[in-house]
Amino acid sequence: MQIHFVLLISRQGKVRLTKWYNPYPQKERSKVIKEVSTLVLTRGPKMCNFVDWHGYRVVYKRYASLYFCMCIDAADNELETLQIIHHFVEILDRYFGNVCELDLIFNFHKAYFILDEVLIAGELQESNKKAVLRLITTQDNLVEAAKEEASSLRNIIAQATK
Amino acid sequence: MDLAINPFSSGTRLRDMIRAIRACKTAAEERAVVRRECAAIRAAISEGDQDYRHRNMAKLMFIHMLGYPTHFGQMECLKLIAAAGFPEKRIGYLGLMLLLDERQEVLMLVTNSLKQDLNHSNQFIVGLALCALGNICSAEMARDLSPEVERLLQSREPNTKKKAALCSIRIVRKVPDLAENFMGSAVSLLKEKHHGVLISAVQLCAELCKASKEALEYLRKNCLDGLVRILRDVSNSSYAPEYDIAGITDPFLHIRVLKLMRILGQGDADCSEFVNDILAQVATKTESNKNAGNAILYECVETIMGIEATSGLRVLAINILGRFLSNRDNNIRYVALNMLMKAMEVDTQAVQRHRATILECVKDADVSIRKRALELVYLLVNDANAKSLTKELVDYLEVSDQDFKDDLTAKICSIVEKFSQDKLWYLDQMFKVLSLAGNYVKDDVWHALIVLISNASELQGYSVRSLYKALLACGEQESLVRVAVWCTGEYGEMLVNNVGMLDIEEPITVTESDAVDAVEVSLKRYSADVTTRAMCLVSLLKLSSRFPPTSERIKEIVAQNKGNTVLELQQRSIEFNSIIQRHQSIKSSLLERMPVIDEASYLAKRAASTQATISSDKLAAAATPGSSLKLPNGVAKPPPAPLADLLDLSSDDAPATTSAPTTAPNDFLQDLLGIGLTDSSTAGGAPSASTDILMDLLSIGSSPVQNGPPTVSNFSLPGQAETKVAPVTPQVVDLLDGLSSSTSLSDENTAYPPITAFQSAALKITFNFKKQSGKPQETTIHASFTNLTSNTFTDFIFQAAVPKFIQLRLDPASSNTLPASGNDSVTQSLSVTNNQHGQKPLAMRIRITYKVNGEDRLEQGQINNFPAGL
Repeated sequence: MQIHFVLLISRQGKVRLTKWYNPYPQKERSKVIKEVSTLVLTRGPKMCNFVDWHGYRVVYKRYASLYFCMCIDAADNELETLQIIHHFVEILDRYFGNVCELDLIFNFHKAYFILDEVLIAGELQESNKKAVLRLITTQDNLVEAAKEEASSLRNIIAQATK
Repeated sequence: MDLAINPFSSGTRLRDMIRAIRACKTAAEERAVVRRECAAIRAAISEGDQDYRHRNMAKLMFIHMLGYPTHFGQMECLKLIAAAGFPEKRIGYLGLMLLLDERQEVLMLVTNSLKQDLNHSNQFIVGLALCALGNICSAEMARDLSPEVERLLQSREPNTKKKAALCSIRIVRKVPDLAENFMGSAVSLLKEKHHGVLISAVQLCAELCKASKEALEYLRKNCLDGLVRILRDVSNSSYAPEYDIAGITDPFLHIRVLKLMRILGQGDADCSEFVNDILAQVATKTESNKNAGNAILYECVETIMGIEATSGLRVLAINILGRFLSNRDNNIRYVALNMLMKAMEVDTQAVQRHRATILECVKDADVSIRKRALELVYLLVNDANAKSLTKELVDYLEVSDQDFKDDLTAKICSIVEKFSQDKLWYLDQMFKVLSLAGNYVKDDVWHALIVLISNASELQGYSVRSLYKALLACGEQESLVRVAVWCTGEYGEMLVNNVGMLDIEEPITVTESDAVDAVEVSLKRYSADVTTRAMCLVSLLKLSSRFPPTSERIKEIVAQNKGNTVLELQQRSIEFNSIIQRHQSIKSSLLERMPVIDEASYLAKRAASTQATISSDKLAAAATPGSSLKLPNGVAKPPPAPLADLLDLSSDDAPATTSAPTTAPNDFLQDLLGIGLTDSSTAGGAPSASTDILMDLLSIGSSPVQNGPPTVSNFSLPGQAETKVAPVTPQVVDLLDGLSSSTSLSDENTAYPPITAFQSAALKITFNFKKQSGKPQETTIHASFTNLTSNTFTDFIFQAAVPKFIQLRLDPASSNTLPASGNDSVTQSLSVTNNQHGQKPLAMRIRITYKVNGEDRLEQGQINNFPAGL
């Protein structure tokens, strides 16, 4: 059932997001990224979205210049994983408004925050896109509020010490 | 929004750093930018800078994603998490999940902060902590924090509940013992309305079932009602925009409930019956024109196959798969092939009906689909369809991609070997495979083919002629060349004289010199490897005896290799040249056809050697010095190159038919070639595990037919062998010239001196040797045990182990009590058969256990001082 890791790779093979739900040591991670990206990037456009990889299955889908990859057990439901990828992409799209690769580069942390509202422990957390977006926005607002408070505090201190 | 835009800030903003990195044109430039940034971050860390801590953390995460080391930032994560504010915690937890994994000790330090945050009044801070715990917690953390998570399952916030449920999954995965603590809450969560909570709860239930039998039973009793209700609700629900995907309400929930039903219904008839109706409803009602619907159908089929479903339901499931298989979408076909593989166990006949479609999938453009389909076809093969399926696969072999040929060839060979009731069919298929993909055929496969040909005397003529034709057409296929050349050497006259024509065959005209031509071409082909060339040389040598008129020409071809830079080939050429030139008298008997290779014992050895390779791999992995499993030295040597063994085969075969006087020289040649073996294993190409198989294959024939006296033992001394390697030519000549004198040495009662095999403070073992005439490989050893102490040994057991090429039989000892200071009071006899007699000396490892005054004693040793020639 579990998703083992999530990878976002650009067409040039650059890593845009990695999320590991199993303990892979650092060295292993770079090896996995290298293997999976060569496997996925070399496949033709009309081929199916699944590749066998060391007894696991990598489900991938290309959106514009980005490949979204998720690794699952061979016995799991590939079609559903494809749907989860699409679910995640749709949420990104609504959050950023026509998401593009640059959004995910400069706001990579946002992409992670969203992923953390979609998956925990490699399992699906929320099937409602709007619910995810609501949660993210609320938390973004919390950050904004804290920042404003901090800057107003700083102004008060600055004025007091003038 | 940017992280902390501050006009007074030193250092760059996150956005600027990313821009700078993206602007780099070379990897070196990028490294420079990253190094500069890392230096600034390190400086900020050591100054204890607080204002930019979370911006630095964000930068570090980006740098980490690029693959640079960021371990120095790990402690900063902890500081951020320990801070009071939500923004710091948010970025701190993200850093924790990204930069650390559960193996790092730093993680232990975070347990306390996590505990505080799990008890925080702000649900979003609780959410952050749950998410981090769910993604990276270790077994220790799981134990420590499990009570907090259990409590949070009762929270009022759906957001907290669903996160706590998923976090529990991780906890149960890490510590299955905790499963029972979660059973009650998991079931009560199934009554919720919120889909996020439902999905998480269903997944938690599935995990609990995996972790504990008790939980499985509990859930079977308590949650089936709820599951059926959930599934009915979502599948009957009217349009729900929040959850709708392609007209289906929440396919994710569908799928997860179906999966849990499978786990609960597996092997449980009551549960299976309970879900029967709802499964039938899902299977018939779900729309299959979009991926989401197909994902549900796929899961539903899998559940029907997994539980004790009614036969009607199974038919329904197989029909869905049939529809999938004819779908144009590659993804759907892929999962259909996958499912059919599982359906094979349930209903083979139903899958067989789709054979034609599946076979088409083997030829698909997509390698993922091809692989699935090939595996499925392999399972589908039975006696009835083996021939037609093999033909399809072989036909496809011709046009398939290069990188798919490997898999395809292996599968075809395996099918052909498994279903070959008809030898002619087997040969035909193998010849086709060799011609089309000989470069992909594994060694053991063509070895088996040779064994079969050697056994099928009525088909040898047909084989050699077919192979000859194939060789002319497809001379670049390595293993085809090997088999063809071997057969030409052995059965050359059948090729030329059309012996044993079958009805189906067209007669061909091959002259003696045509046959030699073919072998010569193979020998000189630029891409032939050492093994193939060596086989060509042997074949030529044999042809020189089959076709005397070509002898002179063969001598020339062989002589051309006298200067070969590969030592093995050079030495062979020189030796063969000398045989052709100077030893006409022994040549014909020397080069007779090989004796029939015993098929049964070959297959047994093949199976054993694959096993041995596996077990020795395991050994190598787990070997510790001094472990009792460690093999004696003799085995540690690299396996000899296959060539030498091939050769000594051709010498071994002679005694089968010839009379006593000629056996001696043959033995002699064997040792001569034994010399070649010592250097070929060091100078020859990398010996692989597969050579071992060949070695076995080819040495089978030798053991039963060897009946010459052990006259040549002197020449097999390793020391001498080494000295003879360098100046090859004169030595070989000498050795052969010395034949007559060495035959006179023939001595049936060669006495071997007794040896002290083992001596310790307490025990002495002496070995006396006896050999039966005519069986040089067999030695009977009489072991005598002497107790050197003044105490009696009881429960005395002597054990011995030998390398693989030696067989050992231990007879019972005369007694298991060794009296004090007794002299040779206990004896035991051992029979040893050295299958590589003359090439490798005996070696033995021994282990003696006994009791002195009831105390266990153990002694071990290795015997390397056996007299030469055993």
